[in-house]
Amino acid sequence: MQRTRPVGDVLLKVDDITLSFGGVQALSGVSFDIRKHEIRAIIGPNGAGKSSMLNVINGFYHPQQGQITFKGQTRKQMRPHEAAAQGIARTFQNIALFRGMSTLDNIMTGRLLKMRSNFLFQLAWTGPAEQEETRHREFVEHIIDFLEIQSIRKTPVGQLPYGLQKRVELGRALAAEPELLLLDEPMAGMNVEEKEDMCRFILDVNDEFGTTIALIEHDMGVVMDLSDRVVVLDYGRKIADGTPDHVRGEQKVIDAYLGVSH
Amino acid sequence: MGPFIEVVLGGLLAGVLYSLVALGFVLIFKASGVFNFAQGAMVLFAALSLVRLMSGELSAVHYWGAAAVLGVAVGYVLLLFWRRARPAAAPGRGASWGLIGVFGLIGAALAALHGTAGWSGWVAIPATAAIMGLLAVAIERLVLRPLVNQEPIILFMATIGITFFIDGFGQTIWGSEIYTLDLGIPKDPMFLLESVFEGGILVNKLDIFAAAIAGVLVAVLAVFFQKTRIGRALRAVADDHQAAQSVGIPLNQIWIIVWTVAGFVALVAGIVWGSALGVQFSIALVALKALPVLILGGFTSVPGAIIGGLIIGMGEKLAEVYLGPVLGGGIENWFAYMLALIVLLFRPQGLFGERIIERI
Repeated sequence: MQRTRPVGDVLLKVDDITLSFGGVQALSGVSFDIRKHEIRAIIGPNGAGKSSMLNVINGFYHPQQGQITFKGQTRKQMRPHEAAAQGIARTFQNIALFRGMSTLDNIMTGRLLKMRSNFLFQLAWTGPAEQEETRHREFVEHIIDFLEIQSIRKTPVGQLPYGLQKRVELGRALAAEPELLLLDEPMAGMNVEEKEDMCRFILDVNDEFGTTIALIEHDMGVVMDLSDRVVVLDYGRKIADGTPDHVRGEQKVIDAYLGVSH
Repeated sequence: MGPFIEVVLGGLLAGVLYSLVALGFVLIFKASGVFNFAQGAMVLFAALSLVRLMSGELSAVHYWGAAAVLGVAVGYVLLLFWRRARPAAAPGRGASWGLIGVFGLIGAALAALHGTAGWSGWVAIPATAAIMGLLAVAIERLVLRPLVNQEPIILFMATIGITFFIDGFGQTIWGSEIYTLDLGIPKDPMFLLESVFEGGILVNKLDIFAAAIAGVLVAVLAVFFQKTRIGRALRAVADDHQAAQSVGIPLNQIWIIVWTVAGFVALVAGIVWGSALGVQFSIALVALKALPVLILGGFTSVPGAIIGGLIIGMGEKLAEVYLGPVLGGGIENWFAYMLALIVLLFRPQGLFGERIIERI
């Protein structure tokens, strides 16, 4: 695959992350990094701690141990809205859209952090507020075109089929112009055609906007096709890390997925 | 025809008062999914604060305190605008607190100079608004934040606790008698359309004033929810907490904002109710009349709260006047609840509420 932006320096580094809920150890001593412009997959059997890892990166969970370095800044923990302000956007495994709003409004919420004008102007709907709204609206329309969802622009998202909802969720994350995009099972529950569309969008996002992407996915075919590097988790530990081809050959990974006889 | 219109109009205007209380419920329910039982207590608290600050019968400490709260609120709002306009030039955390503290001291000092004479409405109303803001911050810090991610029923129980606390606390610091609130709103009855009907239609000027205020309030809230960044954030939080956080909306701030706005609405309701009935404990009980309004209009709809209130107010008066002689009177007391019960049977989400359809 020929890419316009080559993989660059380390953008995010997680170091020795340990997270437990009561007696349940979700993550133990996991370390890896994500480089600029790359597509990084996190895979593993059910309950391996993949979603927990994303939640740690994006600030929903606070690990008991370990450090996260994003854009050179090291932190122990951070709240989700601060992570968003620093340029981390995400989608959810179970779709988390604003069901009462239209597609357009949902994607517009992704721009909230970029809106600056005074709320008195917004109330009056004039001056700088109006110009600003128009500017953001243009950007959102660009995303709508990009994701090919023009026809559902005004539809309340609660009425959309599953595959399209996932696409709207991706649109909302993109609207924030994130540097790091976290996708939690972007293709779960989709049919083959929808999966192909989603793959294409992920590759295009990575290529056109240069967005760094970390994704969790169960479909091995998809993971091997899309990603530059893969982290494999099992029972909260990292068992392999490297290119898809390298990971595929690791005995530990094969054992984790197929089980071992004792 | 004249008497009929008079009853309908009187009912509609009484309904506006119910709507004002119901509105406060809707705001908080929309943004946080919490059914705030304390809304009635907040109305009483706001009315008490206002009437007592204007009375001139309190100790100096009360006035200093209230003025300090107002000063802090002014300082905080100015800082917010400063941050937004010139983020680079705005002071850091420590300096901000210092600046806010200075504003609080200036407020207290001005109050000390003024002595213990009663305040005019122009100062007392903003001061009460600031006190409601402080109350919102306290509720967020002490109740909502520790209970984040709990079941709605637990938050509901917590608001019942808040209700009793505010009732008691308000009467402890402000006094517990019946006070007359006089903001100079005209109260005398007047006659409309005297040329059309014989004797004209009798309405109270205060009711018309209340209707005008409610209209303005609803218009401002509707634009606020639809057009502003904060309004959009509020709607997002109402729909999905996690998703809202992931697009960068700070939940805690949003809760403070929405409780503050509900506090302002409580203040407006308190002014209107207090002017009509006097400020007394029974104001807190009007919250109970807001329940059938909410059931009728739907818990999540601002227009629903208004129209629900109007229907209930009008229905009550019509039933009292036209069914009363047949059924033996006293209908006004139970009619609203009866109507709510019927609505629950046929349209549980209310007239304007959102119907959540689960796909199986």
